[in-house]
Amino acid sequence: MQRESGSHIFKVAVVLCLVCSLLVAMSAVGLRGQQQANKELFKRKNILAAAGLFNDRKHTDSDVEALFASVEKRLVELDTGQYSDAFADPEAYDPRKASRDPALSDVIAPEKDVAGVKRREQYAFVYLVKDASGAVDQVVLPIRGYGLWSTLRGFLALDGKTLARSPGETRIRGLTYYEHGETPGLGGEVDNPDWKATWNNKRAFDDNWDVAIRLVKSAASDYEVDALAGATITSRGVTNMLRYWLGEVGFGPFLKNLQQELRRADTGGDKNA
Amino acid sequence: MPKSKGKDVLLNPLFNNNPIALNVLGICSALAVTTKLETTVVMCLAVIVVVAASNTSVSLIRSQIPNSIRIIVQMTIIASLVIVVDQFIRAFAFTVSQQLSVFVGLIITNCIVMGQAEGFAMKNNVRLSFLDGLGNGIGYSVILLGVGILRELFGSGKLFGQTVLETTSAGGAYVPNGLMLLPPSAFFIIGLMIWALRTWKPEQVGRT
Repeated sequence: MQRESGSHIFKVAVVLCLVCSLLVAMSAVGLRGQQQANKELFKRKNILAAAGLFNDRKHTDSDVEALFASVEKRLVELDTGQYSDAFADPEAYDPRKASRDPALSDVIAPEKDVAGVKRREQYAFVYLVKDASGAVDQVVLPIRGYGLWSTLRGFLALDGKTLARSPGETRIRGLTYYEHGETPGLGGEVDNPDWKATWNNKRAFDDNWDVAIRLVKSAASDYEVDALAGATITSRGVTNMLRYWLGEVGFGPFLKNLQQELRRADTGGDKNA
Repeated sequence: MPKSKGKDVLLNPLFNNNPIALNVLGICSALAVTTKLETTVVMCLAVIVVVAASNTSVSLIRSQIPNSIRIIVQMTIIASLVIVVDQFIRAFAFTVSQQLSVFVGLIITNCIVMGQAEGFAMKNNVRLSFLDGLGNGIGYSVILLGVGILRELFGSGKLFGQTVLETTSAGGAYVPNGLMLLPPSAFFIIGLMIWALRTWKPEQVGRT
């Protein structure tokens, strides 16, 4: 039978593969723009949520652009803590890809790597949230670290005015996770709005820039946030990733520089009457 | 089983020959995506599109498909269609796609799709195959939507995210049933549905 001959089988297989791959490629390429716009919107929404500017009950997707107008995105070299112009087109820089690229990331010594990050990108984006007068009201930092099952990725917002005063007075404004695979109902409660609200106004550092914020069974001070019930390892992961990203190997150097910058802006006169 | 008439082919899978209730196929996704009605609806649409389109394409080239590689040919067509549907969901229903995560991709392994391609579309003309795919997709959806409505309503007191029963934590009187949010509850609900269906149509008893 001609249909079962070797050459016919080969022909059918080749034509089918060509047609199918064309179909898949067309849909992937054709829809990429829309998909990337979705991802960017989602990320912005989370940055705003960490800063307490976006609320699911009050705002919709269409508000994001207007709200994001007050946010300035800057590239920072983590080792030096300086703003960086290392890339001609910062928009094309993807920290997530960079953290897997040996040319753009460093292996952090295990004793310093409290969050299990392993490879850390050399450059990261920070988001400066400006108030109406253009002064830095908050700084939003991307954080990530290992929980129980997965890497949690999120944003932490620090208050600008208290950061300018001293590390010990620096207040946290909010924390939000946009990606994780923790157990729903236990570690997954990192998404619980009531728990997230407890982060507001907590203090991050002691007076010597050592990270002091941590999750404990029942929070009693400004340095303590309630741990998640039934999620010891996820809670420990959250504590560790804050120690990591606010510490020396994370955004520590940048935050020190930012403090100087904010103080200069203050003494510059017009903003702090 | 009469296979000749379009109307029968379309409507039989709803209750007489339901892919989930009678053949107990495609259960895995029924557990995973039915905690919320919104994700359920998107999943149902995706399955309807994939089954209908894969049946149509397989039937279209059925006289060309060599017997020795027919399964892999069907698989390739189904997999491509699922990827295309997944891309569309990611582009136009982003939040839902995050909740569905891998389960859209797993439509590839959904026995209903493969079963209808191999069992029906290889032997029947394009029009009937399309209707059969549509019917089976809708049959799957009928059960899934039922499960989704029960789980979201009794698990979180909502439908499509809108509060129907005010839960105690929000100041109302309804104590949500936490079991409904866990995968096993879908088993119980599907079991009860099969029981009800077989009481209504006793000829389905023992036919599997």
